[in-house]
Amino acid sequence: MSADRAATARPDGARRTGADVPALVLNGVTKTYRVRGRNRKLVTAVDDVSFTVAPGAAVGLVGASGSGKTTLARMIAGSQRPSYGTIDFGQLAVHRLHTRGLRRYHHRVQMVFQDPYGALNPLHTVEYTIARPCQNFLGMSARQAQARVHELLETVGLTPPAQFAAKLPHQLSGGQRQRVVIARALACDPDLIVADEPVSMLDVSLRAGVLRLLAKLRAERGLSLLYITHDLLSARVVTDEILVLNGGRIVEQGPTKRVLQHPKDDYTIRLLDAVANPYAIAAAAPSIDTTAASTP
Amino acid sequence: MALLSASGVNVVYQPSRGQRISAVRDVDLSLEQGEFVGLVGESGCGKSTLGFALTRMLRPPARLERGQIIFDGVDVSSLDGEELRRRRRNGFALVLQSGMNALNPVRTVGRHFGDILKAHAEPGEKHSAAAVRERGTELLGKVHLDPDVLSRFPHELSGGMRQRVSIALALSLEPQLIVFDEPTTALDVIVQGAVMQTIKELQREHKFTALLISHDLGVVLESTDRVLVMYAGRIVEDQPSRDLLTGPHHPYTEALLSCYGDPRADEVQLGEIPGSPPDLSLSEPGCPFTPRCPLAEEVCHTVDPPLTILGRGRAACHVRAPLVSVESGAAHVR
Repeated sequence: MSADRAATARPDGARRTGADVPALVLNGVTKTYRVRGRNRKLVTAVDDVSFTVAPGAAVGLVGASGSGKTTLARMIAGSQRPSYGTIDFGQLAVHRLHTRGLRRYHHRVQMVFQDPYGALNPLHTVEYTIARPCQNFLGMSARQAQARVHELLETVGLTPPAQFAAKLPHQLSGGQRQRVVIARALACDPDLIVADEPVSMLDVSLRAGVLRLLAKLRAERGLSLLYITHDLLSARVVTDEILVLNGGRIVEQGPTKRVLQHPKDDYTIRLLDAVANPYAIAAAAPSIDTTAASTP
Repeated sequence: MALLSASGVNVVYQPSRGQRISAVRDVDLSLEQGEFVGLVGESGCGKSTLGFALTRMLRPPARLERGQIIFDGVDVSSLDGEELRRRRRNGFALVLQSGMNALNPVRTVGRHFGDILKAHAEPGEKHSAAAVRERGTELLGKVHLDPDVLSRFPHELSGGMRQRVSIALALSLEPQLIVFDEPTTALDVIVQGAVMQTIKELQREHKFTALLISHDLGVVLESTDRVLVMYAGRIVEDQPSRDLLTGPHHPYTEALLSCYGDPRADEVQLGEIPGSPPDLSLSEPGCPFTPRCPLAEEVCHTVDPPLTILGRGRAACHVRAPLVSVESGAAHVR
C-alpha cells in the first residue's frame, strides 16, 4: 500500500491551500448485488458511473430512492467496495483501502448522514462526540481538543459553545443535532464532505440554515462538497454542478442552474415536477382578488 | 352543517413523573362535509396530537383535558368503550406516517382487511374468507395495487406500497372523515407525488372529509381547499389555501412560505425561521411566536392574541388582525 506522505507531513489542523487538495475521481464505478431468495437475481445498483469532484467544487448527486445514490455514497465513504471501477482521491485508491489506509482517507474525507438521530451516540455529550476525532486524527490533548470543540461549535452556530458542549443528543432539536454532526465531520479538518440527504429529516424551516452553513464552510475553508439528495431545491442552493442518477446510471449532468432550467432527460423533468412548489400553483392559476372579498 | 366541530380543545401530556406538557391549547375548528383541510406547522407544535384528539385516539399520558368535539351531531368527546367503537365504524379513520409501524409485521395484508371488517362487524354479520378477499381486492384496486398484495407481508412491500395499503385499510369501512398524519413524509419525492395524487382522487370520488397533517406547507397547498396553521399548540391562521398562498396573514405563515422556492428560478433565496418553537411545558404570557417574529410589538409580549375573523379566514396576530377591544383595553391601563 502506498503511503500518502502529503497527509502525514502537513501540520495538523492547518488550513489547506488549493494546490495540495486532491480531486475525488470516480471511474467506471459499478456495484452489483446478488439478491437473496430463490432466483438469486443479479441487481446492478450503480452502473458505470464516472465523475470528478474538483478541489473546492460542490457537486450534487440527485435521484429518487433506488437510483443508487446511497450505494454510491457508501462506496465513496469506503464502507463498501465497487464491483468494478476505481475511486481515487489523490494517491489513495479508495476502492482498495484497508483499515490503515481508510483511516488516512477518513482524515480527509468525512460523511454527514441523513438521520441526525441515529448518527449520534445518545450516551455521549456533544463535547465528547466532537473531541474524539480531534484526539484520534489530529493527536490533540484533551485540553486542546476542548478548545477546538468550542471553536467548531461556534463555526456551526451553536452558541454559547460551553452550554451546548455539555448537552446530550436528546436535549437538542433535530437542526441542532445535524449541526453537531457537521461539527464532528469538520473536526479533523477534512478536504471533502460527503453529505447524504443532510436536510431531508429536518423541518422545512430549518433547512435553509443548514444549507447556508454548508455554503459558508465551503467558502471559508475551501472544502469540496458532494451533496446527495432527492430534493432539487436544496441542490440548487448549495451546488454548482449536478449529476442526475436514475437506475444506477448518470442520465444528465452539467451546471446546476442550466440543468434545472433546461432539463433534457425525462427523469430530470419528473423529479422537477415532483418538487412541492406552492409558487408554481399560484403562477399556474391566479387566485381571485382577496382584498375585494374581504372589504366590507 | 359542519361534519366535525371542535371547541375549546385542550390536550395535556401528564406523565406520572415529570413535567406536564400542554400540547394543544384552546383549539376551535370545524370541518365541513367533503372538505379537504390541511394542518401544518413545525415538529412539536401539536399537529398530530390534535389529529389524535379529533379521532379520539389519544393514549395516556395524553389526555383530552377540556373541550367538545361534535362529530356528525354527536358529542364524541365523552363517548367511551363500545359506543365509541360503534361511532368509529363508518365514522373516522386515521392513516399514520410510517406504513411499516402501522401494519402488523406478522400478518399478511389480507389478514389486516379481515381484522378490520371482523372487528367492526354488526351482530350476526359474517365475513367469509372469500368475502374478505373480494373486498380487499376492490380496496387495493382503488389505491392502484395488485390483488396479489393481499398474500404479502408488510416487509415485502416498498414504503409507497405500504402507505397505499394503509390508505386502503382506512377506506375499508367507508368513513366520513379520514385524518392523514404525515402520509408521505417518509417517501421519496416521486412516490410522494403519486401517493398524494391517489389521496386526492379518492377524496374526490368518495367525497369523504379529509384532514391532512403535514409539516410540508408545499404538499398541503397543492391538495387542500383550506389550511390551518398551527404554532405552539394553537391555531394561528385559518384560510382557504389559495388565499393563504397569495395573502398570508400571520407572520409565521409568511415565514413558512418563504422556506419554499422554485428550483428553476433565476435566483433562489430560501428563507428560514431562526430560533425554535417554544417549550410546551411552559406557559409564557403573550403571543408564542413573539421571540421569532419580525413584526413583534409591545403588546405581543404580554397579551396572547385570540383567533379572530380576518378576510375569508381567521388569524391570531395583534399586528395583522388587531382587536379593537384589546387596544382600547391597553389604552385604558395606560
